[in-house]
Amino acid sequence: MKVPFSWLKEYVDIDCTPQELQDKLFSCGFEVEELIDLSEGISKVVVAEVTEAVPQEGTHLTVCKVDAGPYGKDIQISTGADNVYVGMKTPAALDGATLPGGFVIKARKMQGVMSNGMLCSGEELGLNEDLFPGSEYYGLLDLPKEFEVGTPIQDVTGLNDYIFDISLTANRADCNSILGIAREVAAILDKPLKMPALDYTVHDYAFEGFKVSVEAPDLCPRYLAHGVHNIRFGQSPRWMRRFLALCGLRSISNVVDITNFVMLEIGQPMHAFDLDTLENGQIIVRRARDGETITTLDGKEFALSGDNLVICDGAKPEALAGIMGGLSSEITENTKELLFESARFVRDNIRKTSRSLGQSTDSSAHFERGVNEYTVELGMARALHLIEELDCGLITSSAFDCDAGEPKEGRVFDATLSGINRILGIEVPADTVLDILRRLSFKVERDGDRLHVQAPRYREDIEIGEPDLAEEVIREYGYDKIVPTFLKNATVTSGGLTPDQQSREKVKQVLCGQGFFEVQTLAFYADADLDALHLAEDAPERNVIRILNPITANLTIMRTILAPSMLNTVVDNIKFGNMDGRIFELANVYYPKGQPITELPDEIPHIGFAVYGDEEDFFTVKGAVETLGREFGLEFDYERCQDVPYLHPGIAAYILCGGERIGCFGKLANSVAGELSLPKDSREGHKIFLGEIDYQKLMAHVRPFKYVPVSPFPAHVRDLALVAEESVTCGEVTAEIRKACGQVSDVQLFDIYRGRQIGQGKKSMAFKITFMPDDKALTPEDVNRFVKKILGNLKFRLGIEMR
Amino acid sequence: MENQMKALREEMMEAASQVRSKEDLAAFWQTYLSKGGKVSGLMKGMKTIAKEDRPAFGKLVNQLKGEVEKRYAEVREALDKAELEARNVSEQIDITMPAKMRPAGGLHPLSVTRSQMIGVFAGMGFEIYDGPEIEDDDHNFTRLNVPRNHPARDMQDTFYIAEDLVLRTHTSNGQIRVMDAQQPPIKVLSPGRVFRSDSDATHSPMFSQMEGLVVDKGITLCDLQGMLDKFCQQIFGEAARTRLRPSYFPFTEPSVEVDVSCFECGGKGCSLCKGTGWIEILGGGIVHHNVLRNCGIDPEVYSGFAFGIGIERIAMLKYGINNIGLLTQNDLRFLRQFKEA
Repeated sequence: MKVPFSWLKEYVDIDCTPQELQDKLFSCGFEVEELIDLSEGISKVVVAEVTEAVPQEGTHLTVCKVDAGPYGKDIQISTGADNVYVGMKTPAALDGATLPGGFVIKARKMQGVMSNGMLCSGEELGLNEDLFPGSEYYGLLDLPKEFEVGTPIQDVTGLNDYIFDISLTANRADCNSILGIAREVAAILDKPLKMPALDYTVHDYAFEGFKVSVEAPDLCPRYLAHGVHNIRFGQSPRWMRRFLALCGLRSISNVVDITNFVMLEIGQPMHAFDLDTLENGQIIVRRARDGETITTLDGKEFALSGDNLVICDGAKPEALAGIMGGLSSEITENTKELLFESARFVRDNIRKTSRSLGQSTDSSAHFERGVNEYTVELGMARALHLIEELDCGLITSSAFDCDAGEPKEGRVFDATLSGINRILGIEVPADTVLDILRRLSFKVERDGDRLHVQAPRYREDIEIGEPDLAEEVIREYGYDKIVPTFLKNATVTSGGLTPDQQSREKVKQVLCGQGFFEVQTLAFYADADLDALHLAEDAPERNVIRILNPITANLTIMRTILAPSMLNTVVDNIKFGNMDGRIFELANVYYPKGQPITELPDEIPHIGFAVYGDEEDFFTVKGAVETLGREFGLEFDYERCQDVPYLHPGIAAYILCGGERIGCFGKLANSVAGELSLPKDSREGHKIFLGEIDYQKLMAHVRPFKYVPVSPFPAHVRDLALVAEESVTCGEVTAEIRKACGQVSDVQLFDIYRGRQIGQGKKSMAFKITFMPDDKALTPEDVNRFVKKILGNLKFRLGIEMR
Repeated sequence: MENQMKALREEMMEAASQVRSKEDLAAFWQTYLSKGGKVSGLMKGMKTIAKEDRPAFGKLVNQLKGEVEKRYAEVREALDKAELEARNVSEQIDITMPAKMRPAGGLHPLSVTRSQMIGVFAGMGFEIYDGPEIEDDDHNFTRLNVPRNHPARDMQDTFYIAEDLVLRTHTSNGQIRVMDAQQPPIKVLSPGRVFRSDSDATHSPMFSQMEGLVVDKGITLCDLQGMLDKFCQQIFGEAARTRLRPSYFPFTEPSVEVDVSCFECGGKGCSLCKGTGWIEILGGGIVHHNVLRNCGIDPEVYSGFAFGIGIERIAMLKYGINNIGLLTQNDLRFLRQFKEA
């Protein structure tokens, strides 16, 4: 919110600098995001009188002599402006002067004639017509003759001023106006607040038979309307135009300016209807009927529904309540009689209508923040006063007040001084507490420790008593008075991560140890990301949670698997030029309990990972998976995985733990790889592996660790070369070997050989088998017996021969 | 005989000096020291020696044998040494060739930061609670004193998945869930992902927060600042101080914004703190009476404070990251840099 320093001074005698005020506001909860110095960048620009003006032959220039008082009585400056004349007073930027925007003026030759500066227009000084009359003329700014030559230009054009750009917290709607900030400034500086004039004279004239009614008091608890006649349109006075301009509004006409001025000054958006355009002599505040339309002042047409509050005449909507008036009842030069509106509209309804129609205005912004009834009354009185002060109409006796009967007094509650101090943790002297509350216009009756308090009517944020008062006190008293203590009264507690949280950290650490980098990706993506993985329309992963109000088309569903996020991250990294890498994420996926969604969905933590690069293959990835399992004391089995559409059907596996599928991994399917958003020739050149493990399923198999005694006897190792059919898998052989003999503690394939000696369609597999004795030492004969049994089983079950 | 012995000594010494290899050495031994060797041969000549001279002769032969054996050992040692040296030279490698390794990966900087922050608070006795990321309106807003139509709903652009279900807009939902489940004393930290429906250069639709809540008897604003001082000192260094200033959150009253003294310039003013000497890091305040009541905790008996910290903000400050986009880009060149424990 923009608050001009000069405007604040209308209500408070401010005896500090703008910078000091900025600091005080800041420490009281009003952050000044920017303190704008209107004269910033202007130096050595002074009032000068043109004493000589001679057109230069053959050029568009006029060579002038100017009197700049102490800066020189006879300074030669050339100008191209057409409105220069002898006796004119105009701004002169002297040699070495600076202008807004960083322009530096230097003495130089123009068309062969020395010019020791520049005579300025209003716009060159950052002025416009409302800030200073004549400023928008495309020529020199013609200053009033009474200005002293040599006076710095900012001193006489109102540029010696500052604008505070204040960011308000959401609870302080009462400060969303110049007067609201002035109230705070008065409290901070302990100065009286000078209220703006609110008086006016009611003339004995009424709009016969005119009626105002509110049919939706739930959306409009207070509606004031007051008639004005004998409207005389004209320009607003300079002071009003200047204040409006400082806040970024352009002057339109006196009547329109009054509505804008009151909104800025009091915080009450006003509207004015041309009475002649209102049919059936009435105003009705009601919900729009489905199918009704309105064309607003800016010419936009809107189709309305019962969710939208409208101000209607006897026939049709004439204003979108609190947002914008209708074109048909707009005030024009021909308006003779008007009706001012000052109302409180329920903030939520204004917000919804504003959002759904895409129409937002300064007015709607005020209502969305919240307008209180004190302000409604104040705004109307101020507008009527200004009508009279600006002499642009007569106040009629047609005054309407539709009141749903909300409280007209500030909240009353009891509190204690000790209670306030108990919240703060320090002892604020009682006198100080009372003084602060007085300055903030709280009414306080004290009885020892007890306080009986009434909040000011506009302070609707004061809700619960002591904590509110504690905040009021400490923000004025100063947060620097708080003395840090370290939980001196609190119970000692033990803290830390739960076992599950520790396990999650361990998963991350193990994967990091395997060369993986943790990534963090968004929890949502789009259907297109599932399409890219070729997931079927009826795949379980398609049972998604949809975001009802997505911000972009690529973030519309909550993710059901991490694979798309992992793949997208790999593709991004390839684009970054990272040609290999290992990444993972431990994050939730989300599944609805049912559709439509009526209850909290399931949030299921998954471990997603991706591995890519020339050095990687299925088995390097498998190694990482194995390691993860082993670190949690688990051994995995693997099962060929041919039904995960984004994985290569020949190079993918389900991970089995205790017989349960807990996840899968494998090479990215060729069909998916062929569609990656990478240069066409490189898409399939990348070896990309994806994997995903259900964290909870994994953890369900983890058992508390128990030490197993190490056998006191040495282990025996035998190598066996076995010839098998090509179709026999390593896993089958390993499982069979283990099954055949309980003493086998480890089976490792260490070589595979295919060749003529072995025979067509066969392979030789060399295994290293470790036999671990239990309660007695193994003899070579024992081991021979085991091997014989193993070979017998292998032959019987898998047709395997010893090589 | 003595001449013969002398000649043999000279011959042997000469032969020993000619030994160049293990083979030479074996031949030397064979020639001189073996059973049929020349030294043994001298013993065979014992018969020709007068009986009374024999002990002296034997002594001389043994002395000679000793000398030869010593010489033999010396030569062998020299040979072994030379051989070892030659082998070491032949096995020498270029130690500057690249290492063979599977370098460890690493945690995301947000995880690293999160763990450090958790570590600080865990040490102060905070339990860690992971609240749900999808939350009902009641826990995300209403019971946090943000009823429908409340101005504060505007402060948070909310993603909806059903009429009353939202992607949580803050980790404050954890407050309600913890207080529902547990009576004071409560000291809990609730970190996690949160979602807001806005996205631009400085905002991501998903980011991370960490909510802290302490409820006990006699908790004050002084305690909040004292604890945050400790937190800041552990994260930003011993010199860090905090500053409170008024703010507004619907679930706390009074509410404060907390700034930490600029650790870059020590408070003198620099580009990091935009010349103010202070850096805004978190918001907090005294738990609103309505929130306590909504969870069945009597505000006349208990009081508490709550605070919420943006983890991205802390990570960016700690590591000097100036663009929040880097934290979601997952560029391995960026991630590989974070090796801090």
